[in-house]
Amino acid sequence: MTDFGSALAAAFSLVIHLDRDLGEIVLLSLRVSVIAVFVAALIGLPIGAAVALFRFPGRTVVAVILNALMGLPPVVVGLIVYLLLSRAGPFGVLGLLFTPTAMVIAQILLVTPIIAALTRQVIEDLWVEYEEQLRSLGAKPRRALATLLWDGRFSLLTAVLAGFGRASAEVGAVMIVGGNIDHVTRVMTTAIALEVSKGDLALALGLGIILVVLSIAVNGAAFVLKGTAERGQAR
Amino acid sequence: MLPKPVWLGLCLALVLSGAAQADDPFITVASTTSTKNSGLFDHLLPRFEDATGIAVRVLAVGTGQAIRLARNGDADVLLVHHKPSEQQFVADGYGVARLDVMYNDFVLVGPADDPARIGGMSDAPAALARLAAAAVPFLSRGDDSGTHKRELALWRAAGIEVGTVSGSWYREAGAGMGATLNTAAAMSAYALADRGTWLGFRNKADLTILVAGDQRLFNPYGVILVNPAKHPHVKAALGQRFVDWLVSPQGQAAIAEFRINGEPAFTPNAAPP
Amino acid sequence: MTAERSILPLELRQVGFSAGRKLLIKELSCTFSANSRSVIIGPNGAGKSLLLRLCHGLLAPSAGSIVWHGAAGREPSFYQAMVFQRPVMLRRSVAANINFALSLRRVPRGARPALIRDALKRTGLSRFARHQARVLSIGEQQRLALARSWALRPQVLFLDEPTASLDPSATHVIEEVIDAIHRAGTKVIMTTHDLGQARRLADEVLFLHRGRLLEMAPSEAFFAGPRNDLAQAFLRGELLWWQRRELTPP
Ligand SMILES: Nc1ncnc2c1ncn2[C@@H]1O[C@H](COP(=O)(O)OP(=O)(O)O)[C@@H](O)[C@H]1O
Ligand SMILES: [Mg+2]
Repeated sequence: MTDFGSALAAAFSLVIHLDRDLGEIVLLSLRVSVIAVFVAALIGLPIGAAVALFRFPGRTVVAVILNALMGLPPVVVGLIVYLLLSRAGPFGVLGLLFTPTAMVIAQILLVTPIIAALTRQVIEDLWVEYEEQLRSLGAKPRRALATLLWDGRFSLLTAVLAGFGRASAEVGAVMIVGGNIDHVTRVMTTAIALEVSKGDLALALGLGIILVVLSIAVNGAAFVLKGTAERGQAR
Repeated sequence: MLPKPVWLGLCLALVLSGAAQADDPFITVASTTSTKNSGLFDHLLPRFEDATGIAVRVLAVGTGQAIRLARNGDADVLLVHHKPSEQQFVADGYGVARLDVMYNDFVLVGPADDPARIGGMSDAPAALARLAAAAVPFLSRGDDSGTHKRELALWRAAGIEVGTVSGSWYREAGAGMGATLNTAAAMSAYALADRGTWLGFRNKADLTILVAGDQRLFNPYGVILVNPAKHPHVKAALGQRFVDWLVSPQGQAAIAEFRINGEPAFTPNAAPP
Repeated sequence: MTAERSILPLELRQVGFSAGRKLLIKELSCTFSANSRSVIIGPNGAGKSLLLRLCHGLLAPSAGSIVWHGAAGREPSFYQAMVFQRPVMLRRSVAANINFALSLRRVPRGARPALIRDALKRTGLSRFARHQARVLSIGEQQRLALARSWALRPQVLFLDEPTASLDPSATHVIEEVIDAIHRAGTKVIMTTHDLGQARRLADEVLFLHRGRLLEMAPSEAFFAGPRNDLAQAFLRGELLWWQRRELTPP
């Protein structure tokens, strides 16, 4: 396929020439996704762990909803955030629409259920193993929760990476609430969508290749980190 | 319910995500993919910014969505191409006034081998009628954009009820101009495109212009300042300067100067001052 | 610590425990007093582990009551510790595992290193202090579990078959540690299916069979000749399968 050849060439030339616009777009993509995943982890980890640990009425319903929300269509999330942040909406006065903050908010909504649902699974398994020991030592629920999150950290890293994957690959939501504004809210995925709509498939694919490489780099870094930390530690 | 470190983290993240956001004066313009994707804005905005120091953030969506954004007060200026909707927008009190800026035209594109034999026709509705008779694939935007609205008007003029044949030879992409052209190119379908997007489009495959020049393919663009009486936060003063500049001799000259692959894409037509 | 009030004796009054419709512990009454080493023996599935969990407070009895020095107990108290049949080690270093237990008991940070060093020394684990707990062998992990409990200086230590999966020499080490903990003043309540171990460690023996306490006697008296005929059969290694389950003989 000639398209693949020219796509590779386009990607290569973008990187070789250290295209400034490209750098800006990549940095914004990373900034938005990293912040969104950071916040989503702050919310999703404790929620997932709490659902795993505590028996409360409606617990199963919450677990089912969390799992279902993992498949939330980004466009729907984008639309909801748009309606909330629009000047005509309840949070319009904040003036956040079409800013990176709006994109971060949309991605938080997308990623939190993923992290929470995967965390619930990990923590539930770990709790089976730890419950008696922790209760025997006199751990209060809060402390038990913190201990499980810490001891499950390597498995939870995978949950967080899954969230990052979703955030950085997602286009529907950030397109709607960010607006794909040049130098302001343009990220990798919306830039790709734009090039596709211009019919410049080679450039779009080139950007796609760079996105994939970035994603591999982030995941690889996480695994190296995990490997070093885990060395000599039985699972 | 959330512990303290979580709240601290949330605040930190909010600050970070807002950090490094330009606080230069800027306005938000809701416009169409045709103006953005053709490269017109990339040509005009640096000149405007040099002249005024005002940055312009462009939202390139379909005309219908652009109007909805402006109606919600999410843009300061509207630059679109569907005169009836624009006039309605102003009549409803959402816009201050509609001013002519420029025009180009729509073109009927299709596969070069032209199975329906419409190439060279100068009557657009008649050409569409021939497409319907031949039942050759036609790809519609189907997204409530200015181009889509114009296409529907042309079908009406041709006396063809496309609503009933949608899904057979008449297909609705529900997508922007570029995405629609990509699909049309892949399936060798006919389509209506605005000339600006068409000229800048890189994936034409065997598509080519078959019908152009009909009066009814005339495609005027209007600019409207969103009414600050409806939405007090609208940057009326800055937005007005953008409107004024577009219709000024400098702005009009900049539009006339714009070329895509050496061809002029838009003709300025603002009323002389 | 010597000034603290004793939580013993531990009294079980008509304790029953059922899961679903199965009655697993039946009307069990007994008293554990301070200082002696009580060893619960009985065939597999007799309910030894269940009984320990009930005493420790990990399970709530479905009938009767469990009373510590006159007060009904619930969750495991600060003065108790338990070593499980399969050691559960946190995913951190050997020293950190002990430190974690101490921090849960609100032992001041400054007092912990000495307690950790002492516990590791007494269990022969000093050189593993910085190793990951989960790479230790099962025998070492079991010693670490003992060290972790010891560092807490509990009044009562529950041990559930602490040597079940260990070789003789590892078993010997564990038994020495248990003995040392006991001599340091801790009440030991443990289960075992190893009669030799029961002979070596027990001051008093409880014979459990199908959820029922059939005999409770001082060690010497019990091993000299239990009054209960099932206990006799068990000692002779002749407790037959149909006597274990509730079936009539063929
Ligand atoms: N949570 C439970 N639910 C149902 N049955 C159980 C449960 N825990 C233990 N049992 C059953 O109770 C009996 C006694 O178990 P256990 O106390 O582990 O025996 P052992 O004397 O070998 O330690 C066994 O038959 C076991 O299957
Ligand atoms: Mg057992």
